[in-house]
Amino acid sequence: MTDHPLPAAVETVRRVREDPHRLGHRAHGAEGPVQGAGHGETGPARKRIIVGYGFWIFLLSDIVMFACFFAAFAVQLGATAGGPGIKDLVEMPRVAWETAALLLSSYTCGLSFAATNARSKLWTQIFLLVTGLLGLLFVGLELLEFIGLAQRGITPQTSGFLSAFFGLVGLHGVHVTLAGMWLLTMMAQVQLKGFRPEIVHRLICFNLFWHALDIVWIGIFTIVYLMGATA
Amino acid sequence: MFGKLSWSAIPLDQPIPLITSIILILVIAGTLGLVTWKRWWPYLWNEWITSVDHKRIGIMYGILGVVMLIRGFADAIMMRTQQAVAIGGSQGYLEPGHYNQIFSAHGTIMIFFAAMPLVIGFMNFVVPLQLGVRDVAFPTMNSVSFWLTASGALLVNLSLFIGEFARTGWLPYPPLSEGTYSPGVGVDYYLWAVQISGIGTLMTGINFVTTVLKMRCPGMSYLRMPMFCWTSLGASLLIVAAFPVLTATLAMLSLDRVFGWHFFTADAGGNPMMFMNLIWAWGHPEVYILVLPAFGIFSEIFSTFSGKPLFGYRSMVAATLFICIVSMTVWLHHFFTMGSGPAVNTFFGISTSVIAVGTGVKIYNWIFTMYGGRVRMTVPMLWSLGFIFTFVIGGMTGVLLAVPPADFLVHNSMFLVAHFHNVIVGGVVFALFAGLDYWFPKAFGFRLHEGWGKASFWFAFLGFWVTFTPLYILGLEGMTRRLQHVNVEEWRPMLQLSVVGIVLLIVGAACQVIMLVVSIVQRDKLRDVSGDPWDGRSLEWATPSPAPFFNFAIMPNVEGEEAYWGIKVRAIESQRLSEEPEYHDIEMPVNSPVGFFTAAFASITGFALIWQIWWLAGLGFAAAIAGFVVFAWRDVHEFHVPAEEVARVERARRASREALLEQIAAEGATA
Repeated sequence: MTDHPLPAAVETVRRVREDPHRLGHRAHGAEGPVQGAGHGETGPARKRIIVGYGFWIFLLSDIVMFACFFAAFAVQLGATAGGPGIKDLVEMPRVAWETAALLLSSYTCGLSFAATNARSKLWTQIFLLVTGLLGLLFVGLELLEFIGLAQRGITPQTSGFLSAFFGLVGLHGVHVTLAGMWLLTMMAQVQLKGFRPEIVHRLICFNLFWHALDIVWIGIFTIVYLMGATA
Repeated sequence: MFGKLSWSAIPLDQPIPLITSIILILVIAGTLGLVTWKRWWPYLWNEWITSVDHKRIGIMYGILGVVMLIRGFADAIMMRTQQAVAIGGSQGYLEPGHYNQIFSAHGTIMIFFAAMPLVIGFMNFVVPLQLGVRDVAFPTMNSVSFWLTASGALLVNLSLFIGEFARTGWLPYPPLSEGTYSPGVGVDYYLWAVQISGIGTLMTGINFVTTVLKMRCPGMSYLRMPMFCWTSLGASLLIVAAFPVLTATLAMLSLDRVFGWHFFTADAGGNPMMFMNLIWAWGHPEVYILVLPAFGIFSEIFSTFSGKPLFGYRSMVAATLFICIVSMTVWLHHFFTMGSGPAVNTFFGISTSVIAVGTGVKIYNWIFTMYGGRVRMTVPMLWSLGFIFTFVIGGMTGVLLAVPPADFLVHNSMFLVAHFHNVIVGGVVFALFAGLDYWFPKAFGFRLHEGWGKASFWFAFLGFWVTFTPLYILGLEGMTRRLQHVNVEEWRPMLQLSVVGIVLLIVGAACQVIMLVVSIVQRDKLRDVSGDPWDGRSLEWATPSPAPFFNFAIMPNVEGEEAYWGIKVRAIESQRLSEEPEYHDIEMPVNSPVGFFTAAFASITGFALIWQIWWLAGLGFAAAIAGFVVFAWRDVHEFHVPAEEVARVERARRASREALLEQIAAEGATA
């Protein structure tokens, strides 16, 4: 970061810091090829771009996996085998709190990365911690929901529909749990190793993952819960 | 304590698996003993097991694939011979439960553990060299991918000694594969072996999409990439799009089996046809994941041995991407008989016929590449010509099957078996043997013996047709697939003729082994000193044979299509090499045992999950996570190759190229 000569405008400094390859600030093809962006003419991309790009590809594949569970849910929606249907499952207030917690955690996750860009270890850690706690709140609420359903005898073994419901919502819950474990190791890495390039790359990936899980949740919230409550 | 595992899991009452197991254990123990006695462990560990070099990983993929190819071929021999004798009153030598395991293992091994590793092995070895770079995007993840694939192969073969394998076919169709009807561990072996290797494959897909799109040498714009890179990109995109579907589907089936859920059960609202739809939404793209890189191999070979640029390069790129997209829209043709109605079947019938157009474009391009060229009838070229003949016929029977009314008549018959072997053997396996001969000198520094190579081609080519033509006829006469016993006496001659074909194929395989041995013995005579044994056109031939671990001393600067051909023509015309550049230190990724350990823990976890030993599964998983954390903590990621070392390797290469130039000049003077 420091080997760039300081441009005059503060705005430009900020841009170069956050986006050294100017990927987000240039119309495609408007100027010549960008050095280190991996467009073919200038050789391999920088590590930061390669890592981020690869992680995007992984996210796409992960979303395809969720798509299968969404499809199974759509196919099995009516397959209740005489058991409870989607209307009997939805508890709107709890789902609203879950959603609020997760959406807020995305915001704090974004703030943690702003702090990373400013190279503030303290604020990065604080916002990562808040993100993790909100994630924990989300997983806790979801677990309570599942336990409550199980107490009413509503389990995935009851019907094809309930298998699909628990499969889809549970897969997302497992993702958030694993992301939480990742978050803990990231906090430890930031604390002990500081903002080395590879740690910052991992923080970028972690941010992408956390936001992607949020987007998937919006799909679940809409298709499972909102549409279910009004079905 | 040990879940479902007990001493009864070892098949003491079944001679065939027992004897095979004992022989295999002796072979493995002998190999390990030899390695220990010769003190090869440090070399193996440092140079191969922990290697993150894409070429080494590619070669290890190749070895794994060839070993599994032999295992799958042994299953094929048993199936063909059983059917030739178990006719009428005779029951043959394989009882039904065992026969069902054999055809399931044959398909599973051939697709997941022979064809996939070999195809991915070629991608690993060739793509970074052709792109003019020093490694893939994520070298350590590449090693993890390989070892996870090996872990899956280990689990499949473990089922031979401990327990049983699935009896449900290479795709475990429910409700048969559900706990009610398959209570044993066979299906669980299938599920976890494929699941673990599937994760490895997915990581390969991510790695190669990123490599091809973001890591190319200067000047290597999209439309200057060699065809093999394009088809590898296509296959990798399909892996990223399709393999998560496989993961999700198999996870659902596991939940059904282990916890009694109802995704695919026949009762309580489960939907078996949802499994067919999901599994083939992966399964059909999978066919193209295998065959697209094969098309890439043939493209390189036709162009090189015709001495011409690939005809219709841009239409070839377009056809590849067309196949990529359309391959996601044809899955229902695997079960037209589901009864979705005429509208749905018509759509999938048409899309299936349309995908053949993309392949047709490619076939004509290859033929026109040869037209007007100086064709050299080398071993890779023979395989390629055999491919065109075989694949065109396989494609035509495929288009026949794409017509729903015709498909209803031959659904699940031997005609279908003949068709898909026709395209997979004729398309993929021929490509793998062609590619083996073509890139072998780049990997090991010497060529393969030509006579034995040609012999193996002719036996394999004739053997293929003698084996499978009778199966086409039997299918049309109504013989269904997967029969342990045949009731119709009139089918005996055709089934026996098919065994004659298998014998020819065995001779072909023996020729391959002899070819390898003879080539190794005569390696000094077959040595490739130039680094460019075939008069090649893409950048891998700019390196010495075998290529140094850093591939290129100076990253090439590409100025047009057929990067290396341009450099070569310029050197010949000017009678000298380009100016010697200034050499710099090179940074290369350090070796890492993380792939090996991850796979070891994955194998333990998989084994524990198969036998439902929950504490061991938890322990294995925790150890895998801990392994990743330890890996994340490492401080050294790269090491420097000093400029002097780079210069030494590069000067040796330049010297051999200068000798080649002088030789060409001398030939020009005498001509």
